[in-house]
Amino acid sequence: MKYGLRGTRSLHLMLLPSLILLIIFAYLPMAGIVIGFQRFIPAKGLFGPQEWVGLYYFKYAFQLPEFRDALFNTLYISFMKIVAGIVTPVVFAILLNELRLALLKRSIQTIIYLPHFLSWVILAGVFVDILSPSYGIVNRLLQSFGIEPIFFLGSNAWFPYVLVATDTWKEFGFGTIVYLAAITSIDPNLYEAAIVDGANKWRQIWHITLPGMLPIIMLLTLLSIGSILNANFDQIFNLYSPQVYKSGDVLDTLVYRIGLLDANYSLSTAIGLFKSVVSCILISIFYYIAYRFLNYRIF
Amino acid sequence: MKPTVGERIFYACNTVFLIAVALLCIAPMVHILAVSFSANDMVTSGQVTFWPKQFTLIAYEYILENKLFWRGMWNSFVRIVIGVSLNLLLVVLAAYPLSKEKHHFRFRTVYAWIFFITMIFGGGLIPWYMVIKELNLLNTIWALVLPGAVPIFLVLIMLNFFRGLPAELEEAALIDGCGHWRMLFQIFVPLSKPALATIAVHAILGQWNSWFDGLILMNEPNKYPLITYLQTAVVNIDYDNLTDAEIQRFALLGERSNKAAQIFLGSLPVILCYPFLQKYFTKGLVLGSVKG
Repeated sequence: MKYGLRGTRSLHLMLLPSLILLIIFAYLPMAGIVIGFQRFIPAKGLFGPQEWVGLYYFKYAFQLPEFRDALFNTLYISFMKIVAGIVTPVVFAILLNELRLALLKRSIQTIIYLPHFLSWVILAGVFVDILSPSYGIVNRLLQSFGIEPIFFLGSNAWFPYVLVATDTWKEFGFGTIVYLAAITSIDPNLYEAAIVDGANKWRQIWHITLPGMLPIIMLLTLLSIGSILNANFDQIFNLYSPQVYKSGDVLDTLVYRIGLLDANYSLSTAIGLFKSVVSCILISIFYYIAYRFLNYRIF
Repeated sequence: MKPTVGERIFYACNTVFLIAVALLCIAPMVHILAVSFSANDMVTSGQVTFWPKQFTLIAYEYILENKLFWRGMWNSFVRIVIGVSLNLLLVVLAAYPLSKEKHHFRFRTVYAWIFFITMIFGGGLIPWYMVIKELNLLNTIWALVLPGAVPIFLVLIMLNFFRGLPAELEEAALIDGCGHWRMLFQIFVPLSKPALATIAVHAILGQWNSWFDGLILMNEPNKYPLITYLQTAVVNIDYDNLTDAEIQRFALLGERSNKAAQIFLGSLPVILCYPFLQKYFTKGLVLGSVKG
């Protein structure tokens, strides 16, 4: 049924407030990327008469050792997080699915899901305490096994892996629940048929459970590869310190420090824009793949 | 069918393993809780593990006098009330037209693209900051609630729910001369309570856990939301800014217990609401994690 012109006017009206807010807080900042092409002086105003310098800040950024480190770290840390963030919940969902005590199964789900809800600020406070080389409970435990204390958050050899481990620790419960839902939607007849054919547990998991989970695994993988340039600002910002910039600084933290601490607005915007453009291309590609092959529709 | 010996061993190991992992997920919080209730010399000599040693409330007494902590709690509360109301209103208003089919509402596609583009591209930190600054919103509550007032991800959950409502309902109402406003608020919204609960939970959690905007958009610590305050007072502590009285206090009661108590109190609202959160959060899961 068509609503007619009068009918759709109220639909436009309903969208108006959101539209205005998006224009101000999403589209104006998009126009604000001009800062990256200007020698920007804040006092002259956002769209004021600034001096244009073309690609100067982009060229400058690409020669900056900090930028190269940050780019490498972003990709390296994100890649490890994506792999760990898929494998861990998939394995857990399969193991948890094998538990036969429903109450235990539910309790474990509830507990592993909890960290997902806590802010990285809170969790950074927790990890800084328990990972401290002088008093942290983790190092005390290691010492009781005769291992020298490790400065997890202050050593470049450890820091990226601590990021991956703590990120996985926080988010795997969430993933596990998603994958468990996928497992429960598998047709139980398949298992019965497999048992009749003499398939043992491993073969059932390999030939029924995993293929049944595959579409959702692929979808989540595609979406997370799309956002590979997001290495998780909240986590890294709250856990890092100058001595681990070499191994832990990522594009987002670099943009923050250059922009808001050093007040070099133009350089920061240029780096941010580089990141946004690459991200946008990646996300579009992986969304398109998800849309084309997995029938994934957002709107 | 009877399980084989091998299967029994697997079940036993699996159960033990899963319980151990679950304990590992809460162990850090339990340790922090124990530290927050323990006397300073027990904490510094490393005797506290998962149970308080020489139980004391001194860390919590100190927080009681900490004006900035309670100020932060209040700021977070105000932010949640204003922010979540705005979120809910705008999500419902935007989701309704967007849930219409293209042949009913021709401009739907245009609007959907306008919304979608903001999910995949952004101007970045500095342009965003400059816009808020030029609008003179810095240091006001509006800087915290307006920029994120339209959470697109929640609009998606809501519009998918609206789409699931029976089409006959709408047709019948239209024939009876019911306009879109009445349709939305008197038919759709009352039928959408479960979806609204999901949206509300996401919105509340989002407002409560946000801290970065508070850090860069508010100039004074007494305007920080609680998590932002904790970021500056516990995680990224600036020792130069401490007063002499505070330094003495730290020496007396132990910085660790004090931090632990603040961390625990800061996470308490989430932990208390957890059963409720968990119930409603899981819906519309897969749509998450988009923006680059």
